[in-house]
Amino acid sequence: MAGPSVTEPEPERADDAVISTRGLTKRYRGGQLAVDGLDLTVPAGSVFGFLGPNGSGKTTTIRMLMGLIGPTAGSARVLGRPMPHAARTVLPRVGALIEGPALYGFLSGRDNLLRYDEADPTADPRTRRERVAAALDRVGLAAAAGKKAKAYSLGMKQRLGLAAALLQPRRLLVLDEPTNGLDPQGMREIRTLVRELASDGTTVFLSSHLLDEIEQVCTHAAVMARGRLIIQGAVADLSAGARGRLVVTTPDAGEAARVLKEQGAGDVVIAEDRVTAEPPDRDPAEVNAALVAAGVRVRGFALERASLEDAFVALTGEGFDVAG
Amino acid sequence: MSRAEPETAGSGTPEAARTPNPLWSLGLLRGELLITFRRWRTLALLGVLAAVPVLVGIAVKIETGDGPSGGGGEGPAFISQISNNGLFLVFTALAATLPFFLPMAVGVVAGDAIAGESSAGTLRYLLVAPAGRTRLLLTKYAAVMAFCLAATLVVAVSALAVGALLFPLGDLTTISGTRIGYAEGLGRALLIALVVAASLVGFAALGLFVSTLTGSGIGAMATTVGLLITVQILDQIPQLDALQPYFFSHYWLSFADLMREPVYWDDLVRNLGLQALYAAVFGSAAWARFTAKDITA
Repeated sequence: MAGPSVTEPEPERADDAVISTRGLTKRYRGGQLAVDGLDLTVPAGSVFGFLGPNGSGKTTTIRMLMGLIGPTAGSARVLGRPMPHAARTVLPRVGALIEGPALYGFLSGRDNLLRYDEADPTADPRTRRERVAAALDRVGLAAAAGKKAKAYSLGMKQRLGLAAALLQPRRLLVLDEPTNGLDPQGMREIRTLVRELASDGTTVFLSSHLLDEIEQVCTHAAVMARGRLIIQGAVADLSAGARGRLVVTTPDAGEAARVLKEQGAGDVVIAEDRVTAEPPDRDPAEVNAALVAAGVRVRGFALERASLEDAFVALTGEGFDVAG
Repeated sequence: MSRAEPETAGSGTPEAARTPNPLWSLGLLRGELLITFRRWRTLALLGVLAAVPVLVGIAVKIETGDGPSGGGGEGPAFISQISNNGLFLVFTALAATLPFFLPMAVGVVAGDAIAGESSAGTLRYLLVAPAGRTRLLLTKYAAVMAFCLAATLVVAVSALAVGALLFPLGDLTTISGTRIGYAEGLGRALLIALVVAASLVGFAALGLFVSTLTGSGIGAMATTVGLLITVQILDQIPQLDALQPYFFSHYWLSFADLMREPVYWDDLVRNLGLQALYAAVFGSAAWARFTAKDITA
């Protein structure tokens, strides 16, 4: 009781990692190395983007974190406890959407959630119906709750899967590709939901192969490729590593490229009426003036901010394709 | 956040105090039973089982309608007695369904138990709920056993109803030739139904074990039913008589011994012992497999 203030509860130690893995490795029986020596740290309270092309080991990692598959080597701790050993105490406080929703087609949406809630031995049956109704409401499915799940569209199934993750107050939400199958409106709703949950103090671990999705909601991110962790950190730090590009739109592309090179721009690329280049170390206004002075009809002149995708390409030197 | 909020499960406090009651664990069994008996497949299987006594009853009625033929020797046990006493239809129907229809239905439900959840992907969500692997397996086994009992009772009740409709009821003659009252006959029928249901317990455990081996519900069902057919054929081959006492189906028809006066217990006890052995061996194998398995579906 040496705390500075008695009225304050035990402080949430923000520096505590919600997920931390050390040398986490999974080699499948066929010999394929799916995850290779992963050292991942997800800070409490973050919205953590877990990025990588399809086949890069994201889902295998998530399955190991949830105790569904056992690691070949290394260890994983979730909410400070070892997985899969402490699954019974950890998982009731974790909501998860893994590799898309899975439902009982012959049950209604509501009955699906009742089924999943019954599977949690820490879920109070007296509040079950209310919690199910609240979760359905939260994902916008209240009106379709009585419909059989097999009649649901992909987007509705995705929402029901999310509702299952929200049946209890959670400390950690693991969402694997949560916007798959959703229309733009649905994607926006999910992003809003994620922000809401995060502001309640829930840590959200969000895997995606959509970079701008991560960029829009995440505070932290990690990038995986071919089973290895390439980088992790705050999103701002990650994209700061890559420089933006200068984009000139003009019908006189060849002339524009010549002038840009003259002005000291590197890596000049012509694509029809678009010329892009690494911006030179001088005032962009001067570059523009030089273009105009050389008789280039400039229709557009912009400095595009570096996106996470640029950072990714800079890091891996490759596109965002399916790993072989 | 203040300290005085042990009861508020507000969304602002993700770690609301939850003191789970051990009884809450039974919710999974309740849900499992509901799901098992709400599937069309289950209802169709039970419907087929209910139809068997109807067919047997009508066939016997038509056969004896031409006049008492003196009772042909062929056919399932007790069939020649049905026209004298409808209660015998219960025994006949159980004897007719036990070699194949009943275990096939059990094989479908048991084989699908884990593998079906796996191929639907629902298994991963049950496990992260977290249902707990041992708890889920025990729940599945309990539900399969409940289905064994339900399937047997469906046959028995359907036979009882058809027998009462088509044939006279009354005192009956046991295999040993003694007469017992109708009430005691009903009691024996119930006892026989319970023994028949218990006869399926070993095979159900085998089906559950098969179900933990594969991620395909259909594959597990086919394998389980295939095993049933194989064992039933092997049980007919005289050269294998050294092995046959270990086949799960070898003593199945011993339930007829309950109709002796006094009851002849030897084979009945052997049957129940064998079922317990199968349940223990394949239950343990299923547990060992399922608790160590990577869930990749």
